Amino acid sequence: MARLKSSAELEAFREAIVNQRDTDRPCVTICSGTGCRAYASETLSTAFEEEIKKQGLEDKVDLKTTGCHGFCEKGPLVVILPGEICYVQVKPKDVAQIISQTVVENKIVDHLLYTDPVTGEKAVHESEIPFYKNQTRLVFGNNSKIDPKSIDDYIVLGGYSALSKALFQMTPEEIIQEVKDSGLRGRGGGGFPAGRKWQECRHAPGDIKYVIVNADEGDPGAYMDRSLLEGNPHSVLEGLIIGAYAIGSHVGYIYVREEYPLAVENVFIAIRQAEDYGLLGKGILGSGFDFTVKVHRGAGAFVSGESSALMTALEGRVGEPRPKYIHTVISGVWDRPSNLNNVETWANVPLIINNGADWYASIGTERSKGTKMFSLVGKVNNTGLVEVPMGTSLRDIIYNIGGGIPEGKKFKAVQTGGPSGGCIPESLIDSPVDFDELSKLGSMMGSGGMIVMDEDTCMVDTARYFLDFLTDESCGKCTPCREGIDQMLTVLTNITEGEGQEGDIELLEEIAGVTRDASLCALGQTAANPVLSTIRYFREEYEAHIREKRCPAGVCKALISYYIQPDRCKACLICLRNCPSGAITGGKKQIHVIDQGKCIKCGICFDVCPKHFSAIEKISGRPVPPPPPLEARAIREKKRRRK
Amino acid sequence: MKEISVEIDGRELKAQRGMTVLEVAKEAGIKIPTLCFHKAVSPLGACRLCTVEVIRNGRSRLVTACTYPVEQAIVVKTDSAKVKKTRKMLIELLLARCPDVKIIQQLARDYGIEKPRLKKIKDEDCILCGLCTQVCQQRMGVSAINFVGRGVNRKVDFPFGRMWDECVACGACTYVCPTGHIQNETHRVAQLKRQLGIHRKCRYMLMGAVSNKLCPNNYECWRCEYEQRTEYRLGEHPVLALKLAQRQGGQYMIK
Repeated sequence: MARLKSSAELEAFREAIVNQRDTDRPCVTICSGTGCRAYASETLSTAFEEEIKKQGLEDKVDLKTTGCHGFCEKGPLVVILPGEICYVQVKPKDVAQIISQTVVENKIVDHLLYTDPVTGEKAVHESEIPFYKNQTRLVFGNNSKIDPKSIDDYIVLGGYSALSKALFQMTPEEIIQEVKDSGLRGRGGGGFPAGRKWQECRHAPGDIKYVIVNADEGDPGAYMDRSLLEGNPHSVLEGLIIGAYAIGSHVGYIYVREEYPLAVENVFIAIRQAEDYGLLGKGILGSGFDFTVKVHRGAGAFVSGESSALMTALEGRVGEPRPKYIHTVISGVWDRPSNLNNVETWANVPLIINNGADWYASIGTERSKGTKMFSLVGKVNNTGLVEVPMGTSLRDIIYNIGGGIPEGKKFKAVQTGGPSGGCIPESLIDSPVDFDELSKLGSMMGSGGMIVMDEDTCMVDTARYFLDFLTDESCGKCTPCREGIDQMLTVLTNITEGEGQEGDIELLEEIAGVTRDASLCALGQTAANPVLSTIRYFREEYEAHIREKRCPAGVCKALISYYIQPDRCKACLICLRNCPSGAITGGKKQIHVIDQGKCIKCGICFDVCPKHFSAIEKISGRPVPPPPPLEARAIREKKRRRK
Repeated sequence: MKEISVEIDGRELKAQRGMTVLEVAKEAGIKIPTLCFHKAVSPLGACRLCTVEVIRNGRSRLVTACTYPVEQAIVVKTDSAKVKKTRKMLIELLLARCPDVKIIQQLARDYGIEKPRLKKIKDEDCILCGLCTQVCQQRMGVSAINFVGRGVNRKVDFPFGRMWDECVACGACTYVCPTGHIQNETHRVAQLKRQLGIHRKCRYMLMGAVSNKLCPNNYECWRCEYEQRTEYRLGEHPVLALKLAQRQGGQYMIK
């Protein structure tokens, strides 16, 4: 492929491939994001390939593997074009049927369609599924239409038109003004206005400047950046080139974690393709603007997602944050001006350039514009990636898109912003989601993780879990973060083990306050959020743990006991057989009894006891009743009377 | 250079642009406690003990004096209730980690901590201030020791925990260590002296203080003229300059 040398050449090339492609030709697209790959979508695509060959349809049917569609709960997803018929949870054994019925005869295979668990209605197209219907997929929408390994797919959908507009029709100042007017704020967590950051970096003294993509997404349960980089790497690249042109940078870095092998692979391919097409390198599209991109693979540290730590890591040293009293836009990588933005922020840039700042600013709330991707995980029916306009309420996200809580359980809290975010209780579920609202509630936007918790979640244990994660992931450089988190974890562990004392809550608040105020970087400063927010909204749960030695949700092992209710036990032997520690005694027609000394509180008996018996009870906060005496344990069967 | 006026604890002070708050305060004789600061190395901002309250454009925030540069007119409070509370908790946290370290015990007394409230997590000597690793990297240029591990498992060590030849037992780390945790020097000197009769570089050769030829004393360090001479001529090499500072009482606390 010869390098494209002007904006007109790009348009001509785009037209050529659009004309070349037959939109009526059937095409099987298979989601091949990491989520669907875990469901063996690769085997599925091989099965499709073989089946197409077997039926002799190679010339009539296309096969395409795309990036993540977002509905990971129901993977692997298969969409048949041009009808856009969507099949969920497709297995290799369904392949023959799909090809012979849907592709050849244009009939729908009923049992593979998505069925609404509430109404029982079937949805033929992706857009009819409630999960997709209620979203606004501006950034993420193209993922399902693009083969991430093909730049042509991206160009067909208008790719790199924003770049050519920026290079030939706008000055760098105009681009920055456009981004400023759009109100785009950094999607990595802090929410700093992107336009202002760009401007500061442009005006910072120095000839050599860097632009950086932060793809070191480390929050447990969050994978928006991964899916975007895997599924649509060119959108990030295009945003980055536009940003570099606006800032006056000629070298860019993509810092991506090594734990995202597919993202790393696709980014490398995307860069190589863009270089081949003359969209990267010397004289981009013949404009005289030079820009190269290098990929730096992170060695797996949560803290390296913090901007200054990322820059230290980029310099080849251990990823530890440094003081940012002088902003990184003035002194960043190798003390040169460096503009770092998150994957999602960069992917928003082409949209703003193409559609204008006014269009972008019309979406969202007053101070948070545009859409935001969230990874909706935890106790929710539709796990997956969600993109909604800023200001959408938590209720809409969890119930309308997420489909509510499984098994009819009650919603308890939602944790936003990853391990450094806070837990928002049910009473505040109607709050709109934007940067400022979430901070006001004691949580944060973070990079967009959203973990839904149901009534079976203990909030003290949740706080303990997140601090446990953070003790491992804190770099240990500064005292309040390293020692403070460790001390808070010790106190919380004591509380969950029934050794909590009066004054523990106040002590936690005190340590948390200092950790927040005195830590070096954002990791320490926000590490206290899980503790402070759970104390704020669920103080009574802490008090129950400390005063009554009771875990209201029945999670903390040291505070619960399992007990078999003698009048309900039907001596079915199921729990007895499944108990791993042999703590249950009993026999045929003998009421079972748990030996509390031997019980390891694994909860297996509770789970296996048949629902219609429900003989096993979780007891917390009160003593376990003594087992019935041996002689009373026999179950007397009612004698059947003969007619 | 433009002078900037800085108000520290109600006193109007003049500062050069780019000076840190700690430097300004030190010049004016205002006490700010430090643990990880040493004039020989660049400030790290790890111990956070020098936390002060800075009011800039009407907004107050806690910053570390050792790393906060004076860029515009600011008001600094080194002794406000918020600062005291923060420092007290930091000392409590350090005391829980290193209950037997003299300098921490002294600080705890100064800040009125009588009984430790926090559970003793570790019984360590090292407060992880990073002075030893900084001096090794910045003044000796070798990074023979560095931090190993992350978070609560962080410690100062040789690579893979084994003594190696980059460490020449110059002793700089031992001099700057505020708690006496680093004792590599003694071990390393003993090790160097055990290896007799081979061509090797001694600590002074590796530092570049003496030429790299074979040792005229056949590596019998007790006969080393250089070592004897430096007893009287301290102050030429950074390490020896540090040694001097150490002898004059050390500058771990700005008095």
